[in-house]
Amino acid sequence: MGPFIETLIGGLMTGMLYSLVALGLVLIYKASGVFNFAQGAMVLFAALAMARFATWLPDWLGFDNALLANALAFSVAMAIMVAVAWLIENLVLRHLVNQEGVTLLMATLGIAYFLDGFGQTLFGADIYKIDVGLPKDPVFLFESTFPGGILLNKEDAYAALIAAALVAGLSLFFQKTATGRALRAVADDHQAAQSIGIPLQRIWVIVWSVAGFTALVAGVIWGSKLGVQFSLAQVALKALPVVILGGFTSVPGAVIGGLIIGVGEKLSEVYIGPYFGGGIEIWFAYVLALLFLLVRPQGLFGEKIIDRV
Amino acid sequence: MLYRENGQFKTSYSADQQVFPITQDRIFIGLLLALVIVVVPLASSEYFLRAIFIPFLILAMAALGLNILVGYCGQISLGTGAFMAVGAYAAYNFQARIEGMPLIASLLLGGVAATAVGVLFGIPSLRIKGLYLAVATLAAQFFVDWACLRLKWVTNDSTSGSVSVAGLQVFGLPIDTPVAKYLFCLGFLIAFAMVAKNLVRGHIGREWMAIRDMDVAAAVIGIRPVYAKLTAFAVSSFIVGVAGGLWAFVHLGSWEPAAFNINRSFDLLFMVIIGGLGSVMGSFFGAAFIVVLPIALDNVPRMLGLHIDTALASHLTTMIFGALIVFFLIKEPHGIARLWSTAKEKLRLWPFPH
Repeated sequence: MGPFIETLIGGLMTGMLYSLVALGLVLIYKASGVFNFAQGAMVLFAALAMARFATWLPDWLGFDNALLANALAFSVAMAIMVAVAWLIENLVLRHLVNQEGVTLLMATLGIAYFLDGFGQTLFGADIYKIDVGLPKDPVFLFESTFPGGILLNKEDAYAALIAAALVAGLSLFFQKTATGRALRAVADDHQAAQSIGIPLQRIWVIVWSVAGFTALVAGVIWGSKLGVQFSLAQVALKALPVVILGGFTSVPGAVIGGLIIGVGEKLSEVYIGPYFGGGIEIWFAYVLALLFLLVRPQGLFGEKIIDRV
Repeated sequence: MLYRENGQFKTSYSADQQVFPITQDRIFIGLLLALVIVVVPLASSEYFLRAIFIPFLILAMAALGLNILVGYCGQISLGTGAFMAVGAYAAYNFQARIEGMPLIASLLLGGVAATAVGVLFGIPSLRIKGLYLAVATLAAQFFVDWACLRLKWVTNDSTSGSVSVAGLQVFGLPIDTPVAKYLFCLGFLIAFAMVAKNLVRGHIGREWMAIRDMDVAAAVIGIRPVYAKLTAFAVSSFIVGVAGGLWAFVHLGSWEPAAFNINRSFDLLFMVIIGGLGSVMGSFFGAAFIVVLPIALDNVPRMLGLHIDTALASHLTTMIFGALIVFFLIKEPHGIARLWSTAKEKLRLWPFPH
């Protein structure tokens, strides 16, 4: 029982990181109908910016305080992500309004390549560390119930808390603020929103910035766990099956889809993987999403797809 | 002034339906064929053949296959690398396990295997499309990557995971020099380009395009979406599979699954977008562009006396690819092929445009 629960918890933690990336995808899809393939690249870009500025800033400004360095680097990285959002809106999306979904998808693929290349040109392509001071020591829980207890990584627990706080904060932002309401209006109906005076283009910049923010948080958590490197963008591709499973248009869907995929892939790796020679983690999420699509194309919580001529 | 169709009257249906209805086009294509068959192998150095022309021919073929699926049938695929891998590994198994298997037969059977896998992963396209399908084809990509790496019988129990072929020959002629390899690939490319061109202008090609433009409407006027979509997947993955076999056998010689990873799929998709969606000619332009660009970015600064290290050059290449994709989607969604046909239109009227 102990190892099973440990795997389960490990899966939940991984799944939560997928959810964070998927969240950015869903936000952008809802507000602008763009399926943002570049979310993974944005995670990498944000994490690179954060990691590099956290070491550069103390050098440039001549102070020696880890907390201050991290806070400043986080702000700088966030500012960069807002700038990226503004540039994407102005240089790309504005010119592609009313194009088909597939064209927009390919445009974001182009953005993804650009950001990958640009990030590594600007910040270098080595493996960088992000150290935001999350405790790394493991703790043992329920030692009385199970022999040996359950190993839980404290870092993961904190990461889960941060992610939960982020999701809660975002839903508050969407439900309670005027900007959030405008975002939801745009998501519901572009034209109606525009006709009552909501500035569409500003909303898109905001939504891409919010997605940039989730990318930054995901990047920081992931980066402190695995180190910031190019493979981060590849891992973030896993967010695609997550949104397929959860439904493109649903924020809870992104979270739950992420958890299902995370748990599913860890459990299958441990319990089914040995029969296939291992490593099935690589494709499990995609094949699960593929099979799911055959049964329910709109995902768990997505809106029903209706075709009209 | 030379490019005029005045006075070229068609007096029979077959003359009206030929692939190149304008005499000058036929002359141009004839000259082009003579150039690539005779002049290029004689005139270019071994390096050019190996580094540019052979990859170009094979990737143009793969792009052609992908273009049938994405450009003509509108089914976006991110799993092209996987179908290439299936073609390559299946051809390898036919070659390695069956004594005296002819090379061309192995390659074509590799294509047949890729067709089977392509149709299998194409089945979801009956229920889903666009973005969803893109993710579904990613499943093919990761699954095949994994299968080639982990399933021992795929690599014929090779210990290192990499496989190789040697002593290629066709009808007793060895394919070992770059010139022979070049001509071998060229033969395949010309044959497949002709097949593809004729398919897309025939009734099946029209069904694909109808499905691409509006699938519900196409179904309403009596086109069977199942048949149209799955044939597009089949034809596309057959061509891509044979291209994969050529890439592995002729270009690489010995290879690992990484040769067909997800970046290969993206590269091919980029070729199709930059070259021109829904254009046979575009596949060639796109492939030429994407094969030459990294080499040019590598060499031009060196010729100018600047030193750029390889890592930086590869990042710059990625960046430029990305920017170009966006640029083409915004400015010229039909790619280089459209520029080409615009130029031809202009040329028709030149020098008196009115």
